[in-house]
Amino acid sequence: MPIVLACIIGLLVVSALSLILVRHRAATPVVYGACLTISLALCVASLLSIGQASSEAVLPLGLPWLGAHFRLDPLASAFLAIINFGAASASLYALGYGRHEAEPARVLPFYPAFLAAMNLVVVADDAYSFLFTWELMSLASWALVMVRHRAAKTAYAGFVYLIMASFGTFALLFAFGLLAGAHGDYAFDAIRAHHLSPGLAGLALVLAIIGAGSKAGLVPLHVWLPLAHPAAPSHVSALMSGVMTKVAIYAFIRIAFDLMGDPSWWWSLPALLLGGVTAAIGVLYALMETDLKRVLAYSTIENVGIIFIAIGLALAFKANGLAGAAALALTAALFHALNHMLFKSALFFGAGTVIVATGEQDMKRLGGLIHRMPVSSAAFLAASMAISALPPFNGFASEWMIFQSILVSPQLPQMGLKLLVPAVGVLLALAAAFAAACFVRAFGITYLGRARTAAAAQAVEADRWSRAAILVCPALCLLAGLFPGIVIDWLQPAVTALVAGHMPPQASIPWLSIVPVSASRSSYNGLLLFGFVVAAACLAAVVIHRFASRTVRKAPFWDCGYPGLGILAQYSATSLAQPIRRVFATVAFAAHEQVEMPAPGDPRPASLRRFLRDPVWDFMYAPLASAVGASATLLNHIQFFTIRRYLSFVFIALVALLVVLALWG
Amino acid sequence: MISALATQLGQMLLVLALAPALTGVTRKMKARLQRRIGPPILQPYRDLRRLFGKDVVLADNSSWLFRVAPYLIFAATWVAAALVPTFQTGLLFSWAGDLIAIVALLGAARFLQAVAALDTGTSFGGIGASREIMIASLAEPAMIMVVFTVALVAGSTQLSTIAAFMADMGGLRVSLAMALVALIIVALAENARIPVDNPSTHLEVTMVHEAMVLEYSGRHLAMIELASSLKLLLYISIIACIFFPFGLITDGAGLSAHAISLAAYLLKVIVASLLLATLETVIAKMRVFRVPNLLGIALMLGLLGTLLLFVSGGM
Repeated sequence: MPIVLACIIGLLVVSALSLILVRHRAATPVVYGACLTISLALCVASLLSIGQASSEAVLPLGLPWLGAHFRLDPLASAFLAIINFGAASASLYALGYGRHEAEPARVLPFYPAFLAAMNLVVVADDAYSFLFTWELMSLASWALVMVRHRAAKTAYAGFVYLIMASFGTFALLFAFGLLAGAHGDYAFDAIRAHHLSPGLAGLALVLAIIGAGSKAGLVPLHVWLPLAHPAAPSHVSALMSGVMTKVAIYAFIRIAFDLMGDPSWWWSLPALLLGGVTAAIGVLYALMETDLKRVLAYSTIENVGIIFIAIGLALAFKANGLAGAAALALTAALFHALNHMLFKSALFFGAGTVIVATGEQDMKRLGGLIHRMPVSSAAFLAASMAISALPPFNGFASEWMIFQSILVSPQLPQMGLKLLVPAVGVLLALAAAFAAACFVRAFGITYLGRARTAAAAQAVEADRWSRAAILVCPALCLLAGLFPGIVIDWLQPAVTALVAGHMPPQASIPWLSIVPVSASRSSYNGLLLFGFVVAAACLAAVVIHRFASRTVRKAPFWDCGYPGLGILAQYSATSLAQPIRRVFATVAFAAHEQVEMPAPGDPRPASLRRFLRDPVWDFMYAPLASAVGASATLLNHIQFFTIRRYLSFVFIALVALLVVLALWG
Repeated sequence: MISALATQLGQMLLVLALAPALTGVTRKMKARLQRRIGPPILQPYRDLRRLFGKDVVLADNSSWLFRVAPYLIFAATWVAAALVPTFQTGLLFSWAGDLIAIVALLGAARFLQAVAALDTGTSFGGIGASREIMIASLAEPAMIMVVFTVALVAGSTQLSTIAAFMADMGGLRVSLAMALVALIIVALAENARIPVDNPSTHLEVTMVHEAMVLEYSGRHLAMIELASSLKLLLYISIIACIFFPFGLITDGAGLSAHAISLAAYLLKVIVASLLLATLETVIAKMRVFRVPNLLGIALMLGLLGTLLLFVSGGM
């Protein structure tokens, strides 16, 4: 615990120092180097501390009579590892990427503060420190979103983000208020001891899911996320998508599994329902998008949905006393959180190198980068396969565990869950299939084919720091996919503390397989499958090259006898998704196309326009915004009264209050 | 241990050797049903040998991915096919990957195929890939729901365990009937057969799979063709071992039992191939945008089967 706190204070010191250093040329490497070192130290500390008993510390900060409580327990350690690995890889990436920053003074002071705030949220042990550091995290990330403040889109993104972040904190504030009860002791220990009536507990849970969900990007609270995450510099985008959403998931797990005590079965309903819808809709949004970073942001929403599905299952199992199944589902949730941090970081780093190399982030203006950027394209491909839940990568291992926990859920006695869980299973399967389609598109259009612009044709490979960061993450994706048992065993202390059950110890299972419930039921061995596939591929290649032919000729591609087809005759990001848009988005987003065909003889080109609407924005936020605007206009009249009328208002209000008091007493 | 290893290896080689013959038999039967003579049954082997011997003609701007993909597609499909029990359950490595892992391995092969199709930057690759991801985005969830239904009945996702359970189980189940219909639809879609796709077409508006592999030639094309044949055999084996598990033996059976079970497996494959040829003869190919309706039916049948099992408590 002292080491962790010292490291976090170190990050805050770096943040302060960077204010002095910021005009200096060496500021960028110094700040990111320091962040890298501290994050790695924190990462090692949390990897080691998960199996140990929880330790606490009280610092004389915050509210004067309360102090700031901090606590490092297994759950906090698990999330500290996720946060700090993400932070370390982002800092490594930024050592190279940060040099392209036009205004480093707008990034450097906030970056370490952002890291420190995320760490502090996880170790906070009273509601005041939690909310304070939560808000610090929001504001620091807001400052980082606003780095390119001159772009109109960024200002808008920052505005929406600020509103949604305040709204989320507001909901969490009320949730903690309810949890602490009437004589509010804000320390988490006191909250754990305080038991709520079922109605209040339900209200607190809904507030928690609003507060944490708005930060994590649950539909329909996700609207800020695809605006804000892509607006930030790419290493910050990676942190916000890969790490900050995990802090929000931590908040929900902490409240629902730890602070609120024994769950009722219906607590799982909002998590399952919102999770399922978020997973399927999030990635469908991504398929409609052509901006590479926005595609990645929408895919973050999908993965948050997947994690919430697993959390909902774990809540349902825990409420029904099925400890082993609850442990399986919660392990899957934590494992997927870790996995998503790894592959989403790699994907955002890839997008960042593309932006540095070409100045473009719209897929419509990219293409053919695999020839110019071999290393980062291979890394992006691996991360794409990982996020599409394909073996042998880690995404498959965690989604496989979620499918396995769905398969043990017929044991749940409640009819509501019996009907909901299979439907959620369909949504999860749809999300996985859409994700594969989405990343075929993201990788294929960005990196393959022929370059669509001159900038894409002139791209150069990233610098060595960025290359290192972009290779480390997919390598770890592969390792976590080949040896998932190690990760599962490592997560068990955190899971056991929350659901009082655990998965079978994976280290004792021969051949490094993983077994979720029992060996007769199901098992998976990524290492063996990977070995077989590699061996079979090598065998085939060697045999064919040795005994058949090995010659290669180059020729132009088949152009159907129409030479000189332009670059733009290739499939594009929008045309590749056209079948999916037509099948799924006509319902979900009211997608339609309009063809304008000039009359015969008219030399004007024909045009095709596509229309999409965002149902969440159009039916929820737009009416809300216009209602706020209308009421503000109404209230505006109050501003222009004479002093006499204001005085009479004061008088009437006073009399009314006195009357109320008299009646009340 | 040794005999188990031998059976596993034998099974891998069996599916590899049998796959082109299956394609040949299906083509022959289809031709006979259409009153043509048709190519000899061994023609697919000759085609493969011819393709292996030819030069590879690469498109100018294809990358390393285009050259690596065929081997990985072939290897992933082969490994997936080797995990499905053909004539014997309790395969040595069946615990390494369950039915979900098999579906995911095929998904990985499809991912690589679609990505490789986009590599050359031609319209054919694009049209194939875009249709393929649309079909897959419904076929894969439908397959997962079939897996759920079957796994809930058998209490396991391991194919060997499922096959053994199904062989012992008497009686019929509504949920399994739904799963069978859904699985057949998925198998038709995944293997690019009529009514979803036409394996023998070369007309742009109807192509899906053939459009994706249009730029491939020589040994690369041979690998992909072999992988396609393997995939067809794999789906027939899955359907046979889950729904028609008679004749399956477990490890340690005698030589005559081996012969009988092998004969039973071959018989199942031939019957399946005859049914496929008949189906392809009597129905027409659907328009691309009608395919989602068909696959939607499969998805809903899978979901209904699963729901039925959830509500009835796994019975």
